Amino acid sequence: MLRSLKRYLARPLVFLAAFLLPCLFGCSLKSAGIDYAPDNLPANGDCLVTASIADPITLIPIVASDSVSHELCSLLYNGLVRYDKDLNIIGDLCLSWEMSRDGGEITFILRDGVKWHDGAPFTAEDVLFTYQSLIDPKTKTAYSGDFNRIESFRVINPYKIKISYYSPFAPALSSWTMPIIPRHILQNEDLSLTKFARQPVGTGAYKFVKWITGQQIILKANEDYFKKRPYIDYYIYRVIPDPSTMFLELQAGGIDFMGLSPLQYKRQTQNDYFRACFNKYSYSSSGYTYLGYNLRDIKFKDKRVRQALDLAVDKQSIIDGALLGLGRICTGPFLPGSWAYNKDIIPRPRDITAALRLLAQAGWSDTDGDGVIDKDGVDFEFCLLINQGNNLREYAAQMIQQQLKEAGIVMRIKPMEWSVLLGEFINKKKFEAVLMGWGLSPDPDCLDIWHSSKTREGEFNFISYKNEEVDYLFDQGRLIIDRPARARVYHRIHSILHEEQPYMFLWVEDSLPIIHKRFKNIKPSLSGIRHNFTEWYVPEEQQKYGPRQKVLL
Amino acid sequence: MRRYIIRRIILAIPTIIGITLISFIVIHLAPGNPVDGMTMLDPKASSFELKQKLMAQYGLDSPIHKQYLNWVRRIINFDFGVSYRDGQKVMVKIAERAPITLFINGLSVLLILLIAIPIGAAGAVKCNGLFDRLTTIIVFIGFAFPGFWLALLLMSFFGIRLGWLPIQGIVSLDFDTLTMAGKAADIARHLALPVFVSCAGGIAGMSRYVRNSMLEVLRKDYIKMARAKGLKERDVIYKHALKNAILPVITILGLAVPGLIGGSVIFESVFGIPGMGRLFYESAMSRDYPVIMAVLVIGALLTLAGNILADIVYSLADPRVKYDK
Repeated sequence: MLRSLKRYLARPLVFLAAFLLPCLFGCSLKSAGIDYAPDNLPANGDCLVTASIADPITLIPIVASDSVSHELCSLLYNGLVRYDKDLNIIGDLCLSWEMSRDGGEITFILRDGVKWHDGAPFTAEDVLFTYQSLIDPKTKTAYSGDFNRIESFRVINPYKIKISYYSPFAPALSSWTMPIIPRHILQNEDLSLTKFARQPVGTGAYKFVKWITGQQIILKANEDYFKKRPYIDYYIYRVIPDPSTMFLELQAGGIDFMGLSPLQYKRQTQNDYFRACFNKYSYSSSGYTYLGYNLRDIKFKDKRVRQALDLAVDKQSIIDGALLGLGRICTGPFLPGSWAYNKDIIPRPRDITAALRLLAQAGWSDTDGDGVIDKDGVDFEFCLLINQGNNLREYAAQMIQQQLKEAGIVMRIKPMEWSVLLGEFINKKKFEAVLMGWGLSPDPDCLDIWHSSKTREGEFNFISYKNEEVDYLFDQGRLIIDRPARARVYHRIHSILHEEQPYMFLWVEDSLPIIHKRFKNIKPSLSGIRHNFTEWYVPEEQQKYGPRQKVLL
Repeated sequence: MRRYIIRRIILAIPTIIGITLISFIVIHLAPGNPVDGMTMLDPKASSFELKQKLMAQYGLDSPIHKQYLNWVRRIINFDFGVSYRDGQKVMVKIAERAPITLFINGLSVLLILLIAIPIGAAGAVKCNGLFDRLTTIIVFIGFAFPGFWLALLLMSFFGIRLGWLPIQGIVSLDFDTLTMAGKAADIARHLALPVFVSCAGGIAGMSRYVRNSMLEVLRKDYIKMARAKGLKERDVIYKHALKNAILPVITILGLAVPGLIGGSVIFESVFGIPGMGRLFYESAMSRDYPVIMAVLVIGALLTLAGNILADIVYSLADPRVKYDK
């Protein structure tokens, strides 16, 4: 019986093997070699499919705190103002604004004729409602800070608003990039329970179509958009929880746009398929990574010790090793290239001898010859906390560990889960050093991170940094409206922080998006590539999801 | 029998209370809380007052026993509350997610039984034969393969190299435009790899279990007796031996329910399937207490129900088992 079975199976198996083996070893990836010509006329149509590892939490922008929610909200809503490609503030829902000379009062003239996605007109009442919701103690929003500084909010007519602040407040204008929400739908709703969170109505370039939990969110071009209808018909956001799967899906053609890791950018996308079908971009991201010291810890109290640690670590080698060169050394807490960034600050080159000299001045030297420096019989040892699952930071921590060892310092690395790291160690200040990152907004006001009044449990100055001049300068930075004068304040802060080294500023990594070649008119700039998304288009003959495919609706 | 079932259900109540109490305490004592994750990332978005406000809004500032009693009071009215993460009703979230997990796991269990029982039985009958050795090797490989790795290999091969199967989600983008048959085929194509991965380990384990159980039964006197009476070998194997050999399988299945939900976390994450496993994982990571507790309570109920069901099926399968005495 077994013999006859073999006879029956033999032939199909040979065929199967003949079919599978070339696929296993020799198949080239499909669609390689398609010519995506650059010069074609703009056309409406097609769809951009992108992905994220999680669903957004809510599509009400004033209560959203995660990046996915903000990304979608930026397509669904508008603020009164927005940042252009060079990070200048320009009008969005407002046509113009006027700021009083002392900066304490702003008058906005709003656009007439803007419609919400349900057809209702947008007016000053919507702005007032958004403001009232933001400062309402019942609203679970994290953005009330800037709006609590408003003394009075007057609606002069449906298209004119006058806002007065208790004191001049330089970041006031940028705070009005906050998306405006519709009063006529939300005025009697509880923002934490309303269905609106999953069925949003905005004024933005895209309208909400549907949200299938854990799978996808579909947005459709707003035909009545007050600026100009976007060319791309649909924006589809897929939820792909596993990053490796997301990359496989990119290869399979299931998504058009994602952010790559340095490894994917440098190594895994260097083949004919990716060269033929995708464009890659790289530009400086708006976030930096640092090693923060607990300044209440006796070891890190002395400025010379912190400077020595800075001298002992070669940031460029970490960038080259862990980020594969895709990043730049960071010297302070401001967006590189922006007006607040002090270009005169030069990173300290690695110099172990100078580091050891500074440590010796601070009383640390290797008295017992065990290779580890010590003071009063205690070795220089500390523990660096990192968050679990961030490979990049793990590699970097290991390289720092190795480099500090050469300066006679023992650093242990302790990875832990994010929420535990924050709740139990950072907030309660039970740490020696920590490797973390901050996002940067185009406005340089980061008083919350550096001001000595922000050192209570759970606040952002968890390293307990105290410097009277820095406090004064941050306070001034909020009061000065004139940009060159304000820039001087932040340049000074930058140089003090570089000198004092409360953080070892490490790197600003590059954003590495990859986009299918059929999308045209992408213009990388200081603010990235998404600033002109509504002007992206796919020439008609290259459209993948057209009316013929009847995809979606 | 009915009295037995009622007794079992009544006895299950204190067990459930115990499970909820322990889970509630453990989760609330675990480091981290829902508010930290919400506010910590954005310098514009965090202040001590804000955190206090959020803690108060969620009722997290009252003592843990009060929080537990409040929770129990609501649960008795079948109110699982709203998610801290997105304000959605917990029951809505679970109702959205549970069917797909139950469907995949149900299908997997069915396939595991359909494949593992014949393989195990055949291996035992021809113990140490070619088939037995071959399956033993395959089974060990099956055990040794980590699920997520197998999943990535299969996706890379069937999804990208061959382009035969989709690698993500449960439906295609054009799902709504398909015919009924097209929709069924689309779902089947999407589920092929996840179901295979979720079965792979199960088949390996279950076939070994059936094989050993069968070997034991085949050594029993009543099998020798049946053979001595001159019964056909096929009748001896299928009517006498197999029926007795798979009885313990019922118990294992009853106990497998929580393992199935737990195991779902991996393949649901890798294949992007929006099921209960992923919901539980996401909720645990963001300390979304109401969702975590609801999933735990439902898991506990399913396990107890699985146990009771296994006992009932056992008594139906084996007439010697009586519960009413």
